[in-house]
Amino acid sequence: MSSTVTGDTGGRTTVQLSSAVVRFAGDSGDGMQLAGDQFTSQSALAGNDLATLPDFPAEIRAPAGTLAGVSSFQLHFSDQDIHTPGDAPDVLVAMNPAALMKHLAALKSGGTVILNTDAFTKRNLQKAGYEEDPREDGTLTDYQTHEVDLTTLTVRALEEQIEQGELNKKEAERCKNMLALGLVSWMFSRPVEETVAWLEQKFAKRPELARANISALRAGWNYGETTEAFVFHYEVKEARLAPGRYRNITGNQALSYGLVAASVRSKLPLFYGSYPITPASDILHELSQLKRFGIATFQAEDEIAAIGSVIGAAFGGSLGVTASSGPGIALKAEAMGLAVMTELPMIIVNVQRGGPSTGLPTKTEQSDLFQALYARNGEAPLPVVAAASPADCFDAAIEAARIALTYRTPVVLLSDGYLANSAEPWRLPDVDGLPDLSQAFSFATDADIKDGEFLPYLRDPQTLARPWALPGTPGLEHRVGGIEKEAGTGHISYEPENHHRMTMLRHERMTRIADDLAATQVDDPSGEADVLVLGWGSTQGPIRAACHELREQGRKVAQVHIRHINPLPKDLTDIIRSYRRVVLPENNTGQLAMLLRARTLVDIQPYNRISGQPFAAGELADAIETLGWGEPS
Amino acid sequence: MTSNENQLTKKDFTSDREVRWCPGCGDYAILATVQTLLPKLGARPESTVFVSGIGCSSRFPYYMDTYGFHSIHGRAPALATGLAITRPDLDVWVITGDGDGLSIGGNHLIHALRRNVNIKILLFNNEIYGLTKGQYSPTSPLGSVKKSTPMGSIDRPMNPVSLALGAEATFVARSIDTDRQHLSEVLEAAYQHDGAAFVEIYQNCNVFNDGAFIALKDPEQRDHNQIRLVDGEPIIFGPEGEHAVVARGDGSMKIVSTEKAGDRVVVHDPSKDEPTTAFALARLAHNPVGPTPIGIFRDVRRPVYDRLLREQVEQAEAGQGDGALEELLASGNVWDVVS
Repeated sequence: MSSTVTGDTGGRTTVQLSSAVVRFAGDSGDGMQLAGDQFTSQSALAGNDLATLPDFPAEIRAPAGTLAGVSSFQLHFSDQDIHTPGDAPDVLVAMNPAALMKHLAALKSGGTVILNTDAFTKRNLQKAGYEEDPREDGTLTDYQTHEVDLTTLTVRALEEQIEQGELNKKEAERCKNMLALGLVSWMFSRPVEETVAWLEQKFAKRPELARANISALRAGWNYGETTEAFVFHYEVKEARLAPGRYRNITGNQALSYGLVAASVRSKLPLFYGSYPITPASDILHELSQLKRFGIATFQAEDEIAAIGSVIGAAFGGSLGVTASSGPGIALKAEAMGLAVMTELPMIIVNVQRGGPSTGLPTKTEQSDLFQALYARNGEAPLPVVAAASPADCFDAAIEAARIALTYRTPVVLLSDGYLANSAEPWRLPDVDGLPDLSQAFSFATDADIKDGEFLPYLRDPQTLARPWALPGTPGLEHRVGGIEKEAGTGHISYEPENHHRMTMLRHERMTRIADDLAATQVDDPSGEADVLVLGWGSTQGPIRAACHELREQGRKVAQVHIRHINPLPKDLTDIIRSYRRVVLPENNTGQLAMLLRARTLVDIQPYNRISGQPFAAGELADAIETLGWGEPS
Repeated sequence: MTSNENQLTKKDFTSDREVRWCPGCGDYAILATVQTLLPKLGARPESTVFVSGIGCSSRFPYYMDTYGFHSIHGRAPALATGLAITRPDLDVWVITGDGDGLSIGGNHLIHALRRNVNIKILLFNNEIYGLTKGQYSPTSPLGSVKKSTPMGSIDRPMNPVSLALGAEATFVARSIDTDRQHLSEVLEAAYQHDGAAFVEIYQNCNVFNDGAFIALKDPEQRDHNQIRLVDGEPIIFGPEGEHAVVARGDGSMKIVSTEKAGDRVVVHDPSKDEPTTAFALARLAHNPVGPTPIGIFRDVRRPVYDRLLREQVEQAEAGQGDGALEELLASGNVWDVVS
C-alpha cells in the first residue's frame, strides 16, 4: 500500500494509495461474501481496476465460531492495471476470533485489523484455538488494531426498529456485516449510495430488512467519520483503463454469457444439460434465468444423464453444452467418447476444483488437464480450450463453440474455482464484432445425397467435419453410434484398416484445427528476453504480475499464455526452443510441463503449488527468478 | 402424427442392413411388428428416431430406415430426453433391455418416466444378458443358474412393470414378442399416448435362456396363464374364463374362481390417476411362470415435460421480450471510461 499523504479533511488525513487489498473474514453466516461483493461494486464504480478472491468452506454452515466455518472475501483494487487479488491484505476485517486466527498471518506487517470485539468471548476464543486473548497477549502489536463492538453498535443503530417490533435482536445482529462494510467504505472514501440502492432492491419485499441493513451501513460509515480512533482514511484513484463501457463480472457469469453469445451468433438454440456440482452450478443458475434467449436448461438426474441429454440435443441440431467439475467429468468420460465417435458438436465445461475424489470442492486447482486430454477409453482426442481470467471466460466459451461447430466435435472448456468465483472489470465487447458462428456450419440437405445415397461420414476435405444431418430431414435417415464407423457410409465396421484410418482421421482433425489458430502472442516488452514463462488457465494474472515485478527489477522476461491446450499452437515448439530457460508454473504437479517436455524435448522448468489457492504474485516472482536465472538444477 | 397421402409400407421402414440377431431370436418378431405398424400409424421415417443403449436389443435402430442412435450402456433414455425436449416434432423411441434399462441404466429409466418426457420406451425383457453371453440379469428368477451364478442367483428379480408404476409412469404396458396382434395394439396405444410410455416386451432368448416365457406362449399353457387386461372389462381368464381377479381387503389382488368371485371381479380401468390398483395387478406375478397380466396397466394424462419446458421458454420470451445480447451483457452496474 504505497502511499502519499495529500490532504487533511476535518482533522483526518487522507492518504492517497495506488492500490489496496482488503479482506473480510467471518463466520459462514456472517455475510462476508455479500459485504465483499458490495465493496467490489463500490470499487468498480470508483473506477478502480480490481480482482477478487472469494474463499468459502464447502460446508454450508460449519459450526459457528470454528476455524472450519470461516468464510472470506479478498478484494484488490488499484489505480493501475492489476492482475491478481493481491498477495497480502492491507486491511483485515475479522468478525470473530476464528477469522483472526485463520487470516492474521496473511496480513501485511503494519496492516490494519478491524476486530468485532463483541465476538471475542471466552467460548469463541476457545473454539478458534486461542489460549490467551490475542487482544491482550501481544499478538497484535505489529498491526494497527481497531477493536470495534460491531454487534453492539449494530443493535444500537436498530434500536428503534426493535422497539417497534419490526425486528428481533437476532435479525438486528445479522446486519453487522453492513456495519462493517459501512466502516470500510468510510475508510476508503467510498460513497454508499449504490449499496443503499442495491439493498432496497434486494429487500424490496421486506422493507423492514432493507431499512435495517441501510441503517447499519450508514451507522458504520458514521462511526468511522465521528470516532477519533481512525486517524487516516484512504483514497484509491480511478485506474486508467482502456476507454469503453465496463461492468464487473465473475468467471461463471462470463462463461454463461459467452454461451448465450455463441447461441445468438450461431443462430442455434442453446441446450444446457447439467447436474449440480460446486463450483459449476452457478452456470446452471445463470442460464436458467435466461430462458428469454430460447435457452432450454435441463437439470438431469446425474452427470451421465446430463451429457447424454446434450448428445441427444446435439444430434437434433442444438448447441449442446454441459458443465461440471472433475468428479462429474469423470462420470461423463464414456459419453464423451461417444461424442467423439459420433462427431457431434458440443461443449463440455470443467470448472476445476481440488482433487482427487471429492477433494476440495470450493477451492481451485488446475489438476484436470490430463483428465481433459486423456481420461477416456481408446484414442479419443478432442479440442481443449482454457480460459485465462474471469472475463476471458466469455471469449473462451465463444472460441469453444467456434471449434465445436466448425470441426463437428465435442470441445472441453477448462475453467476453475478461482476464475468461477472471482470478479474483475470487463470491457463490454461490441456484439456485432463477435465471431459470426452461423458461418461455421450448415445442416445437411438433400443436396448431400449422392447417387441415391447419403453418406453421414463423408468429410469436408478441409475441416474433416462430417455432415450434420438433422432428424426431420427426408432422405438423410441414418444411424450413428459408438461402434467404429466405416469411413464414408458410417456403417458398423470391424475392418482392421478402417479402424486404423478412422483413428488417424480423428487425430488429424486436431491438426486441422491447429492450422487455423492465430500466431502465438509473446509478451516481451524488452524484445531481448532469454527466459520465457509459460502458463495456461487462471495462472495468467499471477504470472503477469510476477513478470511485471521481475521487469521492474531489471529482469528481461517473456510471457506466453496458452489458450489452446489441444491442439497446441503450431508455432509453440519453435518459440519454446528459442529461449535459454523456460519456466512453467501450474496449480498441479506439472501436467502441461510434462506434455510440453514430451512435445518439444526442451527441459522446461516446472513450478508447482497445489494448495487450493491461486499463486501469490510475489512467491511466483521469486520462483521464476530462481528457475530462470539460478543455477540449473 | 403426420397425415399421410402416400401410404408408406414396411419396406420404407426397413434399412438395407443385414439383421444379425441369432436365428430364432424374439427380436426378429418385434422388429417385424414395429416395421409393419409404423406406416399404418402414419409415422414418417424422417421424423422417427430410435435411440438405444447396449445389448442385443439395442442393435434395433440399425435395422430401421429411420434416424437412429446406438448409444452407450444404459443411457438411451438420457439421450432421448435431450432430443425430445429440443425436437418436439419428432417421434422418439427408446429400445432397451432388462440389463441396459433396469441395471446399468435404471436411474435414467425411472427419471425419464417420472418426468413424463414424450418418449416411447420398449424394454425387451429376456431375463438374461445375451450380448455378454449368458449372465443372469436383474429380471432373472431367484436361483437362476447361469454363467456368473453357478450355485444359483441370490438377488430377487425386479418386476419392470412395478418399477415403472413406482416411478409414476403415465403409460405402462406389457406384451409378448411373438403375439403380433397384441403387441401391435399395445404399441399403437403407446404411440398415441401423450407423454412417456413404457412397454415391457417378453422376448425369448433362444440361445441363453430359451423358454423363459413358455407359460405365456405355449399354445397348451397360454390360455391358462395370460391374464389379458382390457379397458372396461372384468379381469377374467382361463380357457373357459374360469379364473378371476379380485381385490383383498388390504388392496392386493388374488386369483379366485370366477364362480366364487361373483360381482367382486375387478373391472380394469387403466385411466385411474391413482396407480395403486395397477401396481397390485403388477404384483400378481413376479416371474411369468404362471398366470401373468399382459396389456395396458396404466394410461393417464399428465402434463408432458418437454411441453412444460417450452412453455416456460415462451413465457420468458413473452414476459421479458426476446433476449437482446447487448442488454444482457450490460446488465448490472456499468460505468464508462473515456479516454
